[in-house]
Amino acid sequence: MSKADTTDAETDNGVIQSVSGPVVTARDLNARMNDVVYVGDEGLMGEVIEIEGDLTTVQVYEETSGVGPGEPVENTGEPLSVDLGPGVLDAIYDGVQRPLDVLEGKMGSPYLDRGVDAPGIDLEEEWEFEPAVEAGDVVEPGDVVGVVEETVTIDHKVMVPPDYEGGEVVAAEAGSFTVTETVVELDNGEEVSMHQEWPVREARPANDKKTPRTPLVSGQRILDGLFPIAKGGTAAIPGPFGSGKTVTQHQLAKYADADIIVYVGCGERGNEMTEVIEDFPELEDPANGNPLMARTSLIANTSNMPVAARESCIYTGITIAEYYRDMGYDVALMADSTSRWAEAMREISSRLEEMPGEEGYPAYLAARLAQFYERAGYFENINGTEGSVSAIGAVSPPGGDFSEPVTQNTLRIVKTFWALDADLAERRHFPSINWNESYSLYKDQLDPWFEDEVADDWAERRQWAVDVLDEETELQEIVQLVGKDALPDDQQLTLEVARYLREAYLQQNAFHPVDTFCPPEKTYLMLTTIQTFNDEAFDALDAGVPVEEIVDIESAPRINRIGVQEDYEEYVEDLKAEITEELRSLY
Amino acid sequence: MKEYQTITEISGPLVYAEVDEAIGYDEIVEIETAQGETLRGQVLESSEDVVAIQVFEGTSGIDRDASVRFLGETMKMPVTEDLLGRVLDGSGRPIDDGPEIVPEERQDIVGAAINPYSREYPEEFIETGVSAIDGMNTLVRGQKLPIFSSSGQPHSELAMQIARQASVPEEEEGDDDEDGSEFAVIFGAMGITQEEANEFMEDFERTGALERSVVFMNLADDPAVERTVTPRMVLTTAEYLAFEKDYHVLVILTDMTNYCEALREIGAAREEVPGRRGYPGYMYTDLAQLYERAGRIKGRDGSVTQIPILTMPGDDDTHPIPDLTGYITEGQIYVDPDLNSQGLQPPINVLPSLSRLMDDGIGEGLTREDHADVKDQMFAAYAEGEDLRDLVNIVGREALSELDNKYLDFADAFESEFIDQGFETTRDIEETLSIGWDLLSMLPKDALNRIDEEFIEEHYREDDAEREVVEAAD
Repeated sequence: MSKADTTDAETDNGVIQSVSGPVVTARDLNARMNDVVYVGDEGLMGEVIEIEGDLTTVQVYEETSGVGPGEPVENTGEPLSVDLGPGVLDAIYDGVQRPLDVLEGKMGSPYLDRGVDAPGIDLEEEWEFEPAVEAGDVVEPGDVVGVVEETVTIDHKVMVPPDYEGGEVVAAEAGSFTVTETVVELDNGEEVSMHQEWPVREARPANDKKTPRTPLVSGQRILDGLFPIAKGGTAAIPGPFGSGKTVTQHQLAKYADADIIVYVGCGERGNEMTEVIEDFPELEDPANGNPLMARTSLIANTSNMPVAARESCIYTGITIAEYYRDMGYDVALMADSTSRWAEAMREISSRLEEMPGEEGYPAYLAARLAQFYERAGYFENINGTEGSVSAIGAVSPPGGDFSEPVTQNTLRIVKTFWALDADLAERRHFPSINWNESYSLYKDQLDPWFEDEVADDWAERRQWAVDVLDEETELQEIVQLVGKDALPDDQQLTLEVARYLREAYLQQNAFHPVDTFCPPEKTYLMLTTIQTFNDEAFDALDAGVPVEEIVDIESAPRINRIGVQEDYEEYVEDLKAEITEELRSLY
Repeated sequence: MKEYQTITEISGPLVYAEVDEAIGYDEIVEIETAQGETLRGQVLESSEDVVAIQVFEGTSGIDRDASVRFLGETMKMPVTEDLLGRVLDGSGRPIDDGPEIVPEERQDIVGAAINPYSREYPEEFIETGVSAIDGMNTLVRGQKLPIFSSSGQPHSELAMQIARQASVPEEEEGDDDEDGSEFAVIFGAMGITQEEANEFMEDFERTGALERSVVFMNLADDPAVERTVTPRMVLTTAEYLAFEKDYHVLVILTDMTNYCEALREIGAAREEVPGRRGYPGYMYTDLAQLYERAGRIKGRDGSVTQIPILTMPGDDDTHPIPDLTGYITEGQIYVDPDLNSQGLQPPINVLPSLSRLMDDGIGEGLTREDHADVKDQMFAAYAEGEDLRDLVNIVGREALSELDNKYLDFADAFESEFIDQGFETTRDIEETLSIGWDLLSMLPKDALNRIDEEFIEEHYREDDAEREVVEAAD
């Protein structure tokens, strides 16, 4: 939204009555809830969050130092909206969809200045529009009227906005257009351009929400193998600092098999966002070899950027995700971190002197979290296509204590829970996802896909791994008391098998060029190798071979190196044969 | 500039005054008491007729008749390269009897956020000469890496050691980028005792580091509210030297706990709804506005690296101060009371310590190609040894397998040989890694599952593997 859009109705404007941090109250402002306003002489962007008598409370998306009473507040009469159209991909925004690269140019400084605004998509750039309809066709809201090659990876589908009526196409022409120019005209006078605006706090409409049945394959063994998430699913990654939330989110953004990635850096570190900005254009999309940025939209509202914009960045992100879902794409949204978002709500709420709920969070925390995750799902769109939004939220519980309100309220909604564990992180077991605490409620509905696409016994093999790990947890308690050597041989062997599961299968090196991405086939083969070792080892034990000899075989440690093998199929075949041979030679 | 004698309420560090003009949020205020003393403050809340002012020097001596002047601008720090070698108070005024400082520029102390798009990702290794940091939790230029400590621990010694050793210029290596980039230390003391301050000053003077340092001193008996300004003064100076004068600036802030206490004091005086343990709900944002001022900027040669020190109340890292800090900073270094009582110098516990930017700052061309693998393996082995120590207390060493005993020996040797290098010793990265290989060679080859086979071939010491037990200091 640009300042030029503002209404001329002078009477709607007000004056500042008081300023306290990001919260400003204005007198005589005639505005609706959630309208966007421009505050003070510098025109700082803000949003109406409370109206009481003559006083209107505004949260300001920029630093308010030096702003004082008496300065004007200008009403736009519009709710906070995002600009949608070609150009959203391969862009990097702040929390209110101002493109950061454009801001840098406009401000002429590496620091974020105030009162500078820019539209979310370039209004001047011309795109090659290819119509999908011709004169005489009847189109309804949501229907695709044409296609634009937005990036090398993604064809942007130009749709009739959902709030249009639709009708018969009068004219549709191919050619170069800017996003504001009309590309299709309808008989009722409606003009469709490549540009739509949509209020961020309102979900875009869809026909139906369906049960998701396809996994969002992430290339991360512990996720795909044990705790899969569906396309259109929701997941939470809670963990104390240093446990690898951000690395996990980055891995998902890099390797998840979604069509579109929306990455929201909400109140996190500046350098982490810089890493994404520098890495993603260089990295290849595993699906097609194009730059990763070609399918990615980044929203970076770092921790030191204004707190009100942090509150809105999650909504900006999910609205962009919904827009691409409407085109029939599978979108994955990563929000890092939803705790910072909740804290922004808390901060604003306390400035408003609202009655606090649990731990100072506002009483509506649970409702807001639920609303956000509910916008994810596998949808039948209003134009009949199917698309999905998967939402993956990192949670940063204070002190790593999962009983705090943000984690608890999130867990009541999401269906996949990847619990990060500081102990695992401390011993550099990465990804440090705790296999005892984590769960996925999508497992059963996704198994058919894995059984069709990867292997018939996918689910059984997984259950075997889970059983071994469970048994290990119990045995470890005994080991802590009496030592490993006091256990009977078969249990010692189980511990050895579990160790391979932990070290080879569950651990994955995100910084190793090969191991960083593990296709489901490789995940499966790795598990079968460990199971081969297990079966052969127990046969040997039954045949009377001492457990020390079984554990000491030379080939078994090579299981740990499957992850780094590029030609893993051959390696796994050889390894299985060697393990079998070596173990059988013992008896 | 209008003068008011309209103070209506004085409460803790806050003064409320009636005004009849618009006063900007965050503006600077001067209050003159009846005794002729001038106190400085800042607008915390501004409405049409009443303004809340936070007074830096404390409100004692202010009465209803004191006059209030609004300076019409937000707080500024006068900056110049001449600040190097100077000692200032917590509000940026010289206290070293030196010549008057002629500023080149006056910069707003509430620094604007760096556009993430304009940042440059930090990946230049800083050799601190401390094995526990260089080897296991590498620091890079532009990083913010706090020291998590607790009362009575030698965190100051560690900070001084880093400041002293990390400042060795790298020009000799003939790296063109480095030309002209000098090293500077900015030291911000918040509420530390005179004695601690003296230690730092003596060290600075002894090593001649003072001439490339700027020292800001807010001592324990200085007004608490001033502490909320000191780090902003420090960081404004740091940004100026780094991004306009091309210095590589190392900022040491001690003690962040005192800073947070001051925030809480102001919050309580304003009767704000408190967050966890009485700290204000906006403390995360406030701390982020400090810590995020570390970094590098595209097209500028300098960098700001931060080492904030905080003493964790009750040595509890779930306390809001270390907790919120850990979520903002790029890792943390733990100073461990147990290791300290064992006499280790520096007593760094590497297991919970972390440097998030390490992976991009090490490896071939930066440190050495085997660095990452060695680090991973040492972490795993030391963690294993630590676990076994608990077990040994119950079942004794004899009940453990040969391998487990090797892990125990490794853990002991790791502490005595790798960590305990002394506060005066500096080790280059080659030496650190070489000690690492000495230690890893205590373990059988096939236990080194995190190291590439190629590196094992090259560096593994066969002879050492044969020795049964390494003499490890207990």
